[in-house]
Amino acid sequence: MIALGAGMTACAPAGGDSSADVTELTLIAANSPWTKGLETLAVDYEEETGVKVNLEFYGNEQLNDTLKVKLNAQSSDFDIYAYQVQDVMREFSRNGWLADMTDYVSSDPEWDWDDFQSSARDAVTLDGVVYGVPVMTERHVMYYRSDLLEQAGIPVPTTLDELAAAAAKLNNPDNGFYGIAMRGAKVPLVTQFSSFLYSYGGDFQDEDGNATVDTPEAIEAYEFYGKLLKDYGPPGATNMGWPEASAIFAQGNAAFYLDADSQAYTFLDPANSAVVDTVAYGSFPAGPAGSHPYSIVPQTVGINEFSKKKDAAWEFIKWVTNEENSKKLLSEATVPVARDSAWADDEATSGFPAGLVEIVRSSEGTVGHDRPQLEQVALAREIVGAPAVVAIEGGNVSDSAKQAQTDFQKLLDGEK
Amino acid sequence: MTTTAKPTLAPRRHVANTVSNWVDRNLKWIFTAPAIAFVALLIIFPIGYTVFLSLTDSASSVTRPFDFIGFDNYAYWLTDVTRFWPAVGRTAYFTAVALTLELGFGLAIALLLRKTFRGQSIVRVFILLPLVATPVAVGMMWLLIFEPTIGFANVLMKSLGLPAQLWLSGKESALNTIIFIDVWQWTPMIILILLAGLSTIPEEPEEAALVDGANAWQRFRHVTLPLLMPTLGAAAILRSIDAMKTFDIIYATKGRNGGSNNEAETLNMLAYNESFGNSQYGSAAALLMLFLTFIIIILAVLAILRKKGTRV
Repeated sequence: MIALGAGMTACAPAGGDSSADVTELTLIAANSPWTKGLETLAVDYEEETGVKVNLEFYGNEQLNDTLKVKLNAQSSDFDIYAYQVQDVMREFSRNGWLADMTDYVSSDPEWDWDDFQSSARDAVTLDGVVYGVPVMTERHVMYYRSDLLEQAGIPVPTTLDELAAAAAKLNNPDNGFYGIAMRGAKVPLVTQFSSFLYSYGGDFQDEDGNATVDTPEAIEAYEFYGKLLKDYGPPGATNMGWPEASAIFAQGNAAFYLDADSQAYTFLDPANSAVVDTVAYGSFPAGPAGSHPYSIVPQTVGINEFSKKKDAAWEFIKWVTNEENSKKLLSEATVPVARDSAWADDEATSGFPAGLVEIVRSSEGTVGHDRPQLEQVALAREIVGAPAVVAIEGGNVSDSAKQAQTDFQKLLDGEK
Repeated sequence: MTTTAKPTLAPRRHVANTVSNWVDRNLKWIFTAPAIAFVALLIIFPIGYTVFLSLTDSASSVTRPFDFIGFDNYAYWLTDVTRFWPAVGRTAYFTAVALTLELGFGLAIALLLRKTFRGQSIVRVFILLPLVATPVAVGMMWLLIFEPTIGFANVLMKSLGLPAQLWLSGKESALNTIIFIDVWQWTPMIILILLAGLSTIPEEPEEAALVDGANAWQRFRHVTLPLLMPTLGAAAILRSIDAMKTFDIIYATKGRNGGSNNEAETLNMLAYNESFGNSQYGSAAALLMLFLTFIIIILAVLAILRKKGTRV
């Protein structure tokens, strides 16, 4: 009878009796600035409530593998997990692996769900159901070397053409110095290519969800992205994800680096960076259709549908994402949180590079996705990333884009 | 108490006797039962389940409804010339080249280390070091060394007046660079096995050959090598199975797809990508069954060759 009662209240919002007996929770996540901040917060939570939160951290891909194995086995040995909305939310929610959190997030007006950025709330909602609480946001920005631009008398580029010209001018491959570093490996590059695609007036899909990667705008964007890396990028670009590309910039071997703003902290750490004092931040440059960088939610916390401690899990999520702790994460661990109130607070943002704060506050023209939107994201990324690789290698982009269009549409049709 | 206990004692002894008789008669089954259960649970069930999955279109979650589609998955792979057959070719190339180099270097170094010399034990320890390193860490380390812009390999090349190379980043050079890493890591294992083999070879035949006036090459070719052949065969079989299944260093250096042009994608990588990346459990299972079949065929061929070798 007690078990039955607990099972029933588990579905109801705002912890009832079932969460009172819980002394231990397990959270698994991929390493990120957020998980770093979580290590101290989890200790605070145990002191405050007596509930111990076990933390298990993995790399991004390893986390997805772990989640797929555990959730396929309907495992209840973890209660909370952080996941990448863009990669897995569609697939996981349709598999029944993510608990419905719609009632939870609206249960406490003081916690204030509406304080979360509206684009972030949209990102974690699918068909009217909320599947998680966004804990990090991420925008495409332009990192550049202020010292080199000043020396060469080049103003900070505001358009993609100016960016290409500046990269060309500073490119000096004979001395091992390159105009620009960006991701060039087929799958990792897709998310960073997206802003170029939008700024050229294209997208991966149209409003009806059909493939649009062979439009003239898309082909132009592919060619531009490829040309940047082919002519002004480091050798071996097609083997680079963000760790490799950012290392080139951090070592002082590139003038520009375009990637997510959440990596800012890697350039500010003197142990790994030779550009601590010379790195500066600019908005994503405008293309023919304007400046349209992605602005996404890379990390979201959700509740394992198979967990037996859903209410207690929610209590922890609610605590760790409340206004006070969000501000703490932003100021102490430079986590780009999703709460508007945190970003509006000058004290909370003081630990964050000033140039970046302005970019975050002005979110005009941003796009809420950075990759194709479907269930089989991994496969789609392989398909739509191929023309960019062809462009970097100087091949026939329009043939490759046509092939990608056919394959991508076929994949989309298969999911209908 | 004693009076009530007495009558029950006899039947109980009777039962005990029957049980022990039965145990005696079925001793071979009872003692092997744990091992049989172990094999059934950990080998037969997974393979059986993989065969079952390979005949379905299961995807995304194994608890989602799926259909039986017969041998469609197998037909899909066997006719796939963009990913499957190139991966087969790469797996074969990788295994053949890595195995040949490892056996060659392994044999040469083992013969050198066979003779006693000062500092032998230190040299042996150093040579075995790559073997104890974690493959993923090894992959990460070489990825940094071979980084075209900031890596050590190109710094060395330039200081020697040689042109910089793309190494792991190049479309053509990636697989060969990975073979180099594999040879670096696994030659020590071959050395270890061959040194053990060499220590069991009696000295008399070689001394006899020496007395008969055979030179060093002749003694190696006609005396040592034939005696070492069974060990060499065992080392080759062990290493070839492992080389075919190589995963860690490729994953660490080239990522999930074996590079932007899939230039280092072997069968194992392809199967991993299909299951964990794309969540296509049905077709990934079929791919793994094909892979298993290839391994069994190659093992059968190697076993037959070994038998023939020992008979001659």
